[in-house]
Amino acid sequence: MAELVSHPDEVRVVAKRFGLGATNIDRYLELDGYKAARKALGMQPEAIINEVRNSGLRGRGGAGFNTGLKWSFVPKVSAKPKYILCNGDESEPGTCKDRLIFEHDPHAVIEGAMIAGFAVGARSAYIYIRGEYRYLLEIMQKAIADAYAKGFAGKNIFGSGHDFDLYWHGGAGAYEVGEESALMESLEGKRGVPRIRPPFPAVVGLWGGPTVINNAETLASVPHIMLGGAEWFASLGTPKNGGTRLFCLSGHLNKPGVYELPMGYNLKKMIYDVGGGIPNGRKLKAVVPGGSSCPLLTADEIDLAMDFDTLMKAGSMLGSGGLVVVDDSTCMVKFALRIMKFYRHESCGWCIPCREGTDWLEKTLARFHSGGGIKKDIDNIQYLSENMLGRTFCPLGDAAALPTISIVKKFRKEFEDHLEGRPCPFEKSGAVERLPVFA
Amino acid sequence: MLSAPKLVNITVDGKSVSAPAGSLLIEACKTVGIEVPSFCYYPNLSLQGACRMCLVRVEKMPKLQTACTTGITDGMVVTTDSDEIRQARKGMVELLLGNHPLDCPVCDAGGECELQDMTFSYGAAESKYIDLKTHRDEQQWSPVVYFDRPRCILCYRCVRICGEGMDVWALGVDNRGVVSTIVPNEKDHLNCEECGMCVDICPVGALTSGAYRYKTRPWEMNHVGTTCTHCGDGCKTTLGVRRSDTGMEIVRGDNRDKSGINGDFLCIKGRYGFDFANHEDRLTQPLIRKGGRLVPSTWEEAFELIGKRFRSFIDRDGGKVIGIIGSTRTTNEENYLLQKFARVVLETNNIDHHRTADLPAFAAAVHGKADFTASMRNVYDAPAILLIGNNPTDEHPLLAWQIRNNVRLHNARLYVVNSESIKLQRQAVSFTQVPANAYSDVAGFLADGRGRPSLQQDFGALREKLRAEQNLVIIFGSEVVGDGIVALAQFASGISGAKLVCLADYANSRGAADMGLYPDLLPGYQPLASAGKFKEEFGNVPQARGMNMRQMFAAAAAGELRALYIVGSNPVGRLNVDPSSLKRTFVVVQDMFLTETASVADVVLPAASAYEKSGTFTNTCGDIQILKKAGEVTTAKPDFEMIVRIADAMGFDVHKLVPFGHGVRADMGQSRGAQSGEADQHGVWLEAHGLEPKMNPFDPMATLDEIQRLVPGYDVSRIDLLAGNDQHTSIEAMGPGIKQDSAEIAPAGNNLFTSGTLGRYSNALNSVMENKNPEPAEVPAD
Amino acid sequence: MLGHYPTKRSVLVPTLLYAQDEVGYLSDEVITEIAGRLDLTQLDVRNVISYYSMLTTKPRGKFNVQVCTNIACLLRGGEELLEHCAKKLGIGHKGTTPDGLFSLEEVECIGACSWAPAVQVNYAFHENLTPEKMDGVLDEYRKRATQ
Ligand SMILES: Cc1cc2nc3c(=O)[nH]c(=O)nc-3n(C[C@H](O)[C@H](O)[C@H](O)COP(=O)(O)O)c2cc1C
Ligand code: SF4
Ligand code: FES
Repeated sequence: MAELVSHPDEVRVVAKRFGLGATNIDRYLELDGYKAARKALGMQPEAIINEVRNSGLRGRGGAGFNTGLKWSFVPKVSAKPKYILCNGDESEPGTCKDRLIFEHDPHAVIEGAMIAGFAVGARSAYIYIRGEYRYLLEIMQKAIADAYAKGFAGKNIFGSGHDFDLYWHGGAGAYEVGEESALMESLEGKRGVPRIRPPFPAVVGLWGGPTVINNAETLASVPHIMLGGAEWFASLGTPKNGGTRLFCLSGHLNKPGVYELPMGYNLKKMIYDVGGGIPNGRKLKAVVPGGSSCPLLTADEIDLAMDFDTLMKAGSMLGSGGLVVVDDSTCMVKFALRIMKFYRHESCGWCIPCREGTDWLEKTLARFHSGGGIKKDIDNIQYLSENMLGRTFCPLGDAAALPTISIVKKFRKEFEDHLEGRPCPFEKSGAVERLPVFA
Repeated sequence: MLSAPKLVNITVDGKSVSAPAGSLLIEACKTVGIEVPSFCYYPNLSLQGACRMCLVRVEKMPKLQTACTTGITDGMVVTTDSDEIRQARKGMVELLLGNHPLDCPVCDAGGECELQDMTFSYGAAESKYIDLKTHRDEQQWSPVVYFDRPRCILCYRCVRICGEGMDVWALGVDNRGVVSTIVPNEKDHLNCEECGMCVDICPVGALTSGAYRYKTRPWEMNHVGTTCTHCGDGCKTTLGVRRSDTGMEIVRGDNRDKSGINGDFLCIKGRYGFDFANHEDRLTQPLIRKGGRLVPSTWEEAFELIGKRFRSFIDRDGGKVIGIIGSTRTTNEENYLLQKFARVVLETNNIDHHRTADLPAFAAAVHGKADFTASMRNVYDAPAILLIGNNPTDEHPLLAWQIRNNVRLHNARLYVVNSESIKLQRQAVSFTQVPANAYSDVAGFLADGRGRPSLQQDFGALREKLRAEQNLVIIFGSEVVGDGIVALAQFASGISGAKLVCLADYANSRGAADMGLYPDLLPGYQPLASAGKFKEEFGNVPQARGMNMRQMFAAAAAGELRALYIVGSNPVGRLNVDPSSLKRTFVVVQDMFLTETASVADVVLPAASAYEKSGTFTNTCGDIQILKKAGEVTTAKPDFEMIVRIADAMGFDVHKLVPFGHGVRADMGQSRGAQSGEADQHGVWLEAHGLEPKMNPFDPMATLDEIQRLVPGYDVSRIDLLAGNDQHTSIEAMGPGIKQDSAEIAPAGNNLFTSGTLGRYSNALNSVMENKNPEPAEVPAD
Repeated sequence: MLGHYPTKRSVLVPTLLYAQDEVGYLSDEVITEIAGRLDLTQLDVRNVISYYSMLTTKPRGKFNVQVCTNIACLLRGGEELLEHCAKKLGIGHKGTTPDGLFSLEEVECIGACSWAPAVQVNYAFHENLTPEKMDGVLDEYRKRATQ
């Protein structure tokens, strides 16, 4: 069980019930549980969607799309059943927040899924949790069973005449499956290869039916919006970036942990105040602001508000809220290599640029880091990444290219320091060994 | 009928293009000659968007879009060529080449490789890659399929053609990321129909053919488009030929020319089964029985002997003491010539062939109707198909492909009636089981709705559904004969636009029947009594009904048949004839191999295969197609020539048999395939072969003239035929036929991997068979 | 669980994982059985298995020690931890100890970034580790095996 932390600047909305035993359904009810769902049941679907849209809630899975707007794309009438799909695949390096939500407040996800269901006319929801989180699957399984037992799920929920079914589903280890169309493929029992779009999931999704796919944190925010109102939620954050966010602070920090802070919270403060600053008197070198897919920021780029739009303007992304802090003892070539190794391992292999590009880049970075680099490699790394960017079948290729490009651009000098057989200036134990590709 | 699709207007590279709504951008571009490159896109297979070669710029879209997955919408403005796009494509090729071995000099696909072509087009020539390439050893997945993983570009064409196209699903993808790999269904080998479609569709040299690999370079071959000689479906095939010590050797079969009725398709026999032509047991010299043994002789001696004997039998007893058995694998011209030879030179109607369908009954049933038979193309277009009997997956692979893909791509409704489960049931909307002996009853019930109550119960609903269809194609196998066929035709008459197909098994079974290899029917199923035009043309036609095949062997056993002339057929093997019963009969056999029949002959003449001559074949649907000479074994002769030479040796005026020397419509050379070209134009080739340019009695095209003149329904466009296009002949115009004894009909009984005598001498087919350990074939069929 | 989904094959991935937990790995027999029950070809099932990194067709140790070395763990000693485990167990990535007790695997991010470096042994998380703490963890499992 993951450790909880706290900080005075925290505004607890999604984390409100963390540590309060809300996995127990009775306790959850005491803590305002299922009030939002009951309330939503009495509302017109359009009213629910408007409320969520006006709250400024944006997808917490990474892309930051306005959630209410996304729901509004689902056709009113559909020959095939509609579905809600909760994305709990959480695999973006640096991200460990959905885990806490499932662990401490599974009913909030259920309730959010129900409200989404009422809003778009779906009668069932699937909650997909990454396979490594086996203990969370057990928690979720029990939560769903408890909801059924109380008559909150299944036929005639809350005696309202509405039916709503809930199912849990476990993955088996694949980052790409977090991508929404690959997620559906995986849930359908297939290889996690993304689908061609259009059609978009809101129109043709799971088993061909219109499907709303939302991140677990997104859904867990919804009940609070229903109860507190759109205006209140929006007022917590910055314009167009409503509410709070679970920021996962990790890396070279004195007080790493998952903190719930308002949208737009200052990054510098997040590092030095909330996260307790850099240990061992080291200096900040770089920050991964929102999971490994985001372009890195350097130490002098961190005085900014952590919301989707500000980070976009700064040339990076807010992503999934995984803040990884890197101090000056770290070799950025090695860091780039480790990121690329991840994407090479996780590429589904479907399209050329991602499959071949990640492999090529990993090989080049590995050779480079172990002292075999030649000058043209530096440009080559950038050239190859740029050739992947925007041209892959799904955004995983971009996720591999973006941080790499930013590292080459912002830390070019470190690459040059590795040239001509010089050992890595940061390495204690010598050259890194690389896993054989055909293991 | 479908209404014409709505057109949508778009602009591509400044050109305005209109294409049907819903078209893919990549296809719309093609219509104005703009080629958008692609690896993974393949027409009629599911979309992948995987190779990213087809990226184009669509106005108002932030990123480059894949033309292969983008549907066109009105007013769309597209750029397919710009610096940005060229760079994107170049980048893709560079990435592919990263791990791709540059073994083009020894790669089978070298010269025919789409990756090479793209590299050439996009100039990704500078190698940026300096790390070790990922290597994996080549694997053999079956006797005919090899896989070289490092060369694979993962376009998934093979996986899709195998699954979606063939409904075999023997290929898949294992692992993910850069270690993803195409895998066969049995871990390290394939259990499949061995069609080789995967090999053919592979854009690179990842999948290679066991039959062809490391044999030659593509540019060292001549490529000749001709017609397959194995089953009755008549696939167009492209043979790659190369000079050899004994002529021209066939080294490859494929379907590069996708214009034929088979489009993409070839089965294992069409693709790999050409190798019988190069088999070491191939007869290369005439053989004459001397002192009880067959010994090599010269052509002159053999023809002289045959001519003398045949002449003497006729002079003494008349033509009734000679029997002729024709072939289901020789050309229309040869079959026509053979029956003319029988009737005009030997003055007999004792002529027959191995019948695999009751085509005279079919001709009678459709006689006088208009547009009542389906072509192979119709089978792919028809909105509904009723299949009665037969297992096309095994016996008519192309027909099965057409049906499957019609269902897949056009949502055709397939109704199957069979006594056993067949694979095509998977595509069927209904399957109705019929007792093996009740096909005729079912046909009768469909026609008039009467019959046993159990028929009503099992087929009543089906009958109603079928009657509600339009343009239904009814396909039936040899299970339905005689009155059953008549009943089906009657049923079809009640359905608007319905058409029939009568399945016959060998490459030219239909042609043999159409050309009159019957003891009581002239070409075009004309009864002897109404010889009309033939009488005028032939001078005379004997009027007495001849003996059928069984009767001939009975007569031989009784000592009443003096000579038996067998062309390209193995009745002794198939009918299990006791060789001693032929002791008193002078047997002449023309064949490629020493079959059971040839080995009891008195004279054996080595014949050229269908791949070694020109002419035409008519497939089971009645589609006529051209054969072009591809391979050559210089010491064998086409059956056509041998028949003419025998007539000549008998002292017959050959001008009365084949029109030559004047007034023919025939081409002189163009149809001769590999050997055509400059040499032909100058007459050098003909002269080198001792032939008279443009006045050649062995030119089958002159006989095709005669067929087109005299056989109703065969007057198709000659230009189209010569251009290699299939033409549907009209059996409706023939007839009226004569009722036949259905006991004479025996299906060939070939499966996917057997092909009668040809199959016995195909190492490729045999190696696959050994691998599969199937039941041994029961009858050594023709 | 079949009733949870409109198609049979949707249960495939969880079924494979549960079968693997039972048997230890996905043997040919297991694959045949599951393919048969779900009306899939064995090829289809194998293709799916090989896609997911938690699924394996090869036997491994009773305790699968999965060390994360992804960025957050990397910065806090994940690689040293992996090296330590390798030395301690005498096996490398994807190796299994001769007694069949432990397997070692270097894995990608397991969702424990804020508590790095982290290790998962089978499904149990162990977080904020140091080489010393890791020794304790391994000892604990070794003890558990003998009980
Ligand atoms: C490679 C890749 C991996 C992703 N992984 C996750 C994930 O683990 N969890 C998640 O919620 N979203 C993930 N996403 C984003 C989803 O595709 C999708 O946008 C999101 O689930 C939508 O929910 P939201 O609007 O609530 O954010 C991923 C996207 C990509 C391209
Ligand atoms: S084997 Fe050939 S056709 Fe199949 S995916 Fe690989 S490159 Fe494409
Ligand atoms: S052809 Fe479009 S992506 Fe391959």
